[in-house]
Amino acid sequence: MNKNMIITGLVIFVLAVLSPFWFNMITTTEAAPKPELLGKAKEEKKCVLEKYDMRANHPSLLDEWRDSVVRNSDRQYTAANGHTFGMSLSTGENSCLGCHEDKAKFCDSCHTYASVDPYCWECHTNPKEIK
Amino acid sequence: MMKKSRRSFLKVAGIAAIGLGASPAMNFASSDSPGTALAVKGKNEQALTAHRWGMVIDTNKITEEIAEKITEVCHKTHNVPDFKHEVDAEKYPKTRLANHKQEIKWIWEEEFHYAFPEKEDEYLTEKFHDLPFLVTCNHCKNAPCVQACPTQATFKREDGIVIMDFHRCIGCRFCMAACPYGSRSFNFRDPRPFIAETNPDFPTRSKGVVEKCNLCAEQLAKGELPHCVQASEGAIVVGDLEDPESDIRVLLKEHYTIRRNQSLGTEPSVYYIV
Repeated sequence: MNKNMIITGLVIFVLAVLSPFWFNMITTTEAAPKPELLGKAKEEKKCVLEKYDMRANHPSLLDEWRDSVVRNSDRQYTAANGHTFGMSLSTGENSCLGCHEDKAKFCDSCHTYASVDPYCWECHTNPKEIK
Repeated sequence: MMKKSRRSFLKVAGIAAIGLGASPAMNFASSDSPGTALAVKGKNEQALTAHRWGMVIDTNKITEEIAEKITEVCHKTHNVPDFKHEVDAEKYPKTRLANHKQEIKWIWEEEFHYAFPEKEDEYLTEKFHDLPFLVTCNHCKNAPCVQACPTQATFKREDGIVIMDFHRCIGCRFCMAACPYGSRSFNFRDPRPFIAETNPDFPTRSKGVVEKCNLCAEQLAKGELPHCVQASEGAIVVGDLEDPESDIRVLLKEHYTIRRNQSLGTEPSVYYIV
């Protein structure tokens, strides 16, 4: 009698503890969108940093770039992989948007999903949006 | 059968758990991404450099048309809003009309007695009364705005240009109070509805930041002269004030020049040939 009670209690307990997991399994959740590489970015294959590094550290990279451009007037960035980039979000062929042409699919899809709202675009302009 | 004590089992299980937990970090460490450590930052090869940038404006060569052209090209390329511009109601609904006191300007025409209040003599040379004097940021050697800025958003570059990091500006406007030349303007509102044609090569500003002339730092970095110099038909020259051989120093040697409010000790870098 006691044994059955304990086993049932344990089963309920384990199910309750694991509820986030099985809840996720039986419902469909939207997977995190991957940034889409289109056009030039797709052909190029080499970005400033490795893919994982870039995913984790692009905000601090941009921060470093901004200080370099504004404070030291250094505008060229030769990455460890030998490629040279213009340290700019949106101006010129060698800038971020110069290669990743579609801001909506490259920046916004992840930022919207993660509910982060960087204020880059309050001042910087997407050349595609200016007719 | 091998007998395992509870103690030894727990030990192994503990080590295994640490190993599993550390695997993402190990994977990251063993990936061959060198990060930013090996990267090299530098200037464009064509970039124009100087020890201290300065400007000479030849007032004899500046006519009304040239002055207007210079102001227009400067404001256009730097996305300076024009509050007389009619707002596109579809794109920016509910935009209030602008107050002329909120005007934003980087370079503009000024009358002699406002530009040079110290030099207003009783019997002033007649021509000075109607000549357009182009005034802008003086990129002072002892810039009071730089001293006033609490966030170091305004600072002096090594080459003498007084420039702003708009990202850091908190809009306190101490710099505007400090500048004796009125060279700074504040964005009381979002400037975008008032920009007729946005230049994609330069950012706009956001509401709540101060802005001013940056001596076309973005042009110098590309190896090109500032827009005002290009539009001035020879009336404006920029160059290195610390190089005795430079064009600008030759001009200064040959002509009598004045600077604005010199007695304040700000050491302006903009000289006027009169």
